[in-house]
Amino acid sequence: MPASASLALPGAAPLRATDSPGYWGTVWAQLRRDPVAMAAAALLLLLVLAALLAPWLAPADPYKASMIKRLLPMGSPGHWLGTDELGRDMLTRLMFGGRLSLLMGVVPVAAAFVIGTSIGLFAGYVGGRVNMLIMRTLDIFYAFPSVLLAVAIAGALGPGLSNSLLALTLVFVPQVVRVAESVTTQVRSLDYVEAARMSGAGAFAIIRVHVLGNVLGPIFVYASGLLSVSMILASGLSFLGLGVKPPEPEWGLMLNTLRSAIYLNPWIAALPGAMIFITSVAFNVLADGVRSAMELRT
Amino acid sequence: MNTSPLIHQDRGGPKQALLEVRDLKKYFPVRGSFGAAGKFVHAVDGVSFAVAKGQTLGIVGESGCGKSTTARLVAKLMAPDSGSMVFDGDGVDEFRGIALKDFRRNLQMVFQDSFASLNPRLTVAQTIAFGPQVHGMSAKDAERLARDLLMRVGMEPDQFGARYPHELSGGQRQRVNIARALAFDPRLLILDEAVAALDKSVQAQVLNLLQELKAERQLTYLFISHDLHVVHYLSDQVMVMYLGQIVEIGPVERIYGHAMHPYTQALLSAVPSMDPAHRTMSSPISGDPPNPIDPPAGCRFHDRCPKAQAICQSQAPRLMVVATDPAHQVACHLNDPHAGHGNAPSVEYAATALNEVSA
Repeated sequence: MPASASLALPGAAPLRATDSPGYWGTVWAQLRRDPVAMAAAALLLLLVLAALLAPWLAPADPYKASMIKRLLPMGSPGHWLGTDELGRDMLTRLMFGGRLSLLMGVVPVAAAFVIGTSIGLFAGYVGGRVNMLIMRTLDIFYAFPSVLLAVAIAGALGPGLSNSLLALTLVFVPQVVRVAESVTTQVRSLDYVEAARMSGAGAFAIIRVHVLGNVLGPIFVYASGLLSVSMILASGLSFLGLGVKPPEPEWGLMLNTLRSAIYLNPWIAALPGAMIFITSVAFNVLADGVRSAMELRT
Repeated sequence: MNTSPLIHQDRGGPKQALLEVRDLKKYFPVRGSFGAAGKFVHAVDGVSFAVAKGQTLGIVGESGCGKSTTARLVAKLMAPDSGSMVFDGDGVDEFRGIALKDFRRNLQMVFQDSFASLNPRLTVAQTIAFGPQVHGMSAKDAERLARDLLMRVGMEPDQFGARYPHELSGGQRQRVNIARALAFDPRLLILDEAVAALDKSVQAQVLNLLQELKAERQLTYLFISHDLHVVHYLSDQVMVMYLGQIVEIGPVERIYGHAMHPYTQALLSAVPSMDPAHRTMSSPISGDPPNPIDPPAGCRFHDRCPKAQAICQSQAPRLMVVATDPAHQVACHLNDPHAGHGNAPSVEYAATALNEVSA
């Protein structure tokens, strides 16, 4: 038995001169090594840039109709992706449509992330009857399929951009709360939270330092998976006439208005759907990549 | 450091036990299918003991005997159903006693799972500095304290301070946990299976560290373990628990040399011997502990006890002083001449033995 405890420790990790890169640094380093996730991220970046810079990059005016240029096929001169049923340039409309569609994907999820995490953290940390009351109340929302719920809320509030954003937020809040509550309950019973309680720290300090950092990751990953759902639901609302109104370019709405052209020029009619599909797949792939990069290696 | 010298000073003098626990009880409700709590797990059922200043009280027993629940009750991580505690002469959380907040700073805990007890998102130095910082220490002072404490537990601050728990070995993590517990300069340290998950050589180092720290900082330990060797090495007093109750408590040499309770005897003979000539081939104790939801009537050990008689099934033995040593207490009818156990010593024998001790 060594006499002093300060002797060399067996099994010590090899010495390292640099400081630890930090949690998000490690996640980023891990994510960078995932080619599929990086490809999805690059694609999303491209879509976001195209949407943001649409007023400068787009070749035409998204609202300018032309009766003689209706439903031109793809590859027509001046209209690479053809024109829609009113003769508007498809490429331009898809770029402008990305602004609203991406907005409706991101804003409800971001709002639900903030609201849902707060409620879930509170319910999970407090526990007991309060937790039960909150969770059972939110379970009512689970009784309806999310599409139906979104349609019902948006229908009750009336059509329009802000109402459909609100409807989608309300659809996602209970889902985020449920994830936040379950991870918080899990973390709360861990020994390091008990140790923090033993140090006499208040609930707020414990949540801020010990709980938040350990629950945000899983909630974030779950919420990023909702981005594609939100976009699809938003498109669905627009398709049903509950979201954005024509002539505003939005992918879901474009899908609706091009419905009549499906026999005449099916490729053009499918374009907005393809955009929705590509974007949501890219969101999902990136979310998967982040999830596996976040796993703690022990 | 002394965040507040008033809190940590010795108030009751050397004779006053640092911690006295009286009749601690904790029953966990067992929920039926409709949430009706009809039955209870008797996790801790009337436990009373005292720890003298500077001593180590070892608590041993099988899994599920209530050792860890006792620790959590003492640490006030859980509210007891009944019972009280006195810390250095002051009632804990009582009128004119010691406030819960001050009590907690006088008492810290090291948990078994070294990984689960460290926040994976904080560096080692941040973990140690957290407690002092919430009590108003500046970040700079807390950082310096963390470095000093790391150094004290045998970890180079420059090398380990910025590491995350998953970059450390089990022994290193447990050193960090000990350093964190020391940050408040506590007087009582609860070690709940603190070395159980470590391999033997690391265990020995951590045990030596604990011994050094105890001498250096006048610490008092509550050492919970199922490892009888480790308890023997570290403890001054040993308390044996069975199904939420104390069956025997006494000085370490009495428990290991002259165990009175059949359960303690069985536990001790179950320790594998290093000597091939003394190997026990048959298991000294059979079966599993009874269900703590419905503890058996009478003595809780009677259905596994080789010496059980009719009295043991009907009447629960009380914890009584052993005739030959007043510091030694045992809860067994064999020790009580009046209980009516056929093999108990006669009243006359007990009386003479007591006279011999006092003489």
